[in-house]
Amino acid sequence: MPTLDHLPYLFAMLLFVIGLYAIVAKKNLVKLILGLIVIEYAVNLFLLLLGYRGGGVAPILTRRDAPAEFLARTVDPLPQALILTAIVIGLGTLALVTALALRLYDRYGTFDITEIKKLKG
Amino acid sequence: METLPLFIAIPLAVAFLFPVFEKLSLRRALLDGLAVLATAALLAGSLGLLAQPDRVYWIGGWAPPVTGINLVSDGLSRLMLVVVQAISFFSIVFSLRYMDRYSSRGFYYGLFFLLLAGMNGVVLTGDLFNLFVFIEIAAIASYALVAFGCESEELEASFKYLVLGSVSSAFILLGVGMLYNLTGTLNMAEVAAKAPALSGLPIMAMVGACFLFGFGLKAAMVPFHAWLPDAHPSAPAPISAMLSGVLIKAGGVYVLFRLFFSVFGMDLLYARVFMALGAVSMLIGVLLAVGQWDFKRLLAYHSISQMGYVLLSVGVGGEVLARGGPTPVAALAVFAGLFHLVNHAAFKSLLFLCSGSMEYVTGTRQLAEMGGLSRPMPLTGLACRVAALSISGIPPFNGFWSKLLIIIAIVQAGHYALAALTVLVSFLTLLSFIKVQRYALEGPLPELLRSVREAGLAMSLPLLALAALCLLGGLLLPLYAGALFTPAQEAMLSGLNYARAILGG
Repeated sequence: MPTLDHLPYLFAMLLFVIGLYAIVAKKNLVKLILGLIVIEYAVNLFLLLLGYRGGGVAPILTRRDAPAEFLARTVDPLPQALILTAIVIGLGTLALVTALALRLYDRYGTFDITEIKKLKG
Repeated sequence: METLPLFIAIPLAVAFLFPVFEKLSLRRALLDGLAVLATAALLAGSLGLLAQPDRVYWIGGWAPPVTGINLVSDGLSRLMLVVVQAISFFSIVFSLRYMDRYSSRGFYYGLFFLLLAGMNGVVLTGDLFNLFVFIEIAAIASYALVAFGCESEELEASFKYLVLGSVSSAFILLGVGMLYNLTGTLNMAEVAAKAPALSGLPIMAMVGACFLFGFGLKAAMVPFHAWLPDAHPSAPAPISAMLSGVLIKAGGVYVLFRLFFSVFGMDLLYARVFMALGAVSMLIGVLLAVGQWDFKRLLAYHSISQMGYVLLSVGVGGEVLARGGPTPVAALAVFAGLFHLVNHAAFKSLLFLCSGSMEYVTGTRQLAEMGGLSRPMPLTGLACRVAALSISGIPPFNGFWSKLLIIIAIVQAGHYALAALTVLVSFLTLLSFIKVQRYALEGPLPELLRSVREAGLAMSLPLLALAALCLLGGLLLPLYAGALFTPAQEAMLSGLNYARAILGG
């Protein structure tokens, strides 16, 4: 049965769906880009939740910690490493897509995708 | 010395040298020489790898029981590695002359080698998150290369490609995250070792759907194909050859095979999804292609259709395997699919390079504005004819043999309707390439094109080399099948034994 503990996961999925909605339904290039960002952060949030542990400590092992006891208390550090990588990749994509949108604006004089359609067939 | 990491390290290192070299205003010949040398060295290295047994390289020495990221050389990855290196070598040689039309050669080579590094990484890696990272490297480089000319259409195509590609990447990452939560590991072999315990869990359907959507979109399978006919023709011709020839295979179909055969284990449901995606792509792709007048757009639709053949054939192999049918039939189906994958890389790259060669001298991609080009451009004409016959499945060219094997395998598996569909699609393919030959190569030479000449040896040589591969690839199959295809086929058929091969024990 779903409990309150599942709520953050539901929010992450809701965020994901909001981003998808923006990409499918919006006609403005900038809003499409915002949709992409929202999707990306929804996935990052989901990864973060996977490593979360209630009342856990930061995954930094010091000399005073006993390894076995430390392992039982710490949150999972791996998803955090994944998120860092995903953020960097997202930054690269975002920079490129923004540059493309600006160039498109130069060419067409609009951000409206219904007016940017020289390709068809 | 360990050579596997070099397939990623060399292109990655070289990629960042080119823009620096250009900033320093070094001689153009130096840039060209470095690019040709690097791709030639990688091609030689990948061919050398064929003679060596399977092996695993653990990055940083993090070998089991503490698994880190690993690079795996097994039959399937060696096959893909050779295909990627070969097509990139020919594309680079073709680019030497073709890219005169564009400025900033340094950035072009830089992005090209990033694309190559990404694809080599995807093919070699044995780690799920690493796979995601390499896919993104290849994808971002390809978005930028599609927009390289900065014309309105190119920007538009690139934007569309980027948005859809990013959504598919988000789904892939979501799937990787769920799989990590289920198994506590990102290593493909360790996931494969736990796969039997996972199968049947409801969440696995979600994971499978995420990966099917994510990589299905990267492979441009119908109904996720909308970006391909815009993106592939908009890129410069050698990049179109790379995207259609290898990126949709290395970043899409190969990963689907690797994940669903070696990591999750093929079951009846996945196999049927493969077959359905393959059959629909095959038919819809060719139906959309027949009506096209833009040469490169026509070729792009055929890429969807031809990759449908590959997925259908391998799906049939998986289905026979999953329902416990005769292993030789499954083996033949998988073999035929892989053979067609390699053949498609050869003839589709050749066709895109031919279209580039024609566009270079005539300045148009519209078939209706061309005509009679086989007289002023005999070499390009010959190569284009060979490629058109190969893709339509005319003997003795390679496309004929792989399509024949696919049809035999499908009939032996008992899917007569699908076999008939395959023959029909093959006929429609022939039809649309008769149109290409009729309008581009035959007929009177238009007044405007009276002065066109062959564009020079640097552009003709890769065309002729690929045309020779198309001819010999089919005829000499018995000579090289044992070195190239049999290990790949065994790697796929051995399924979840992938885990044991890598982790030992």
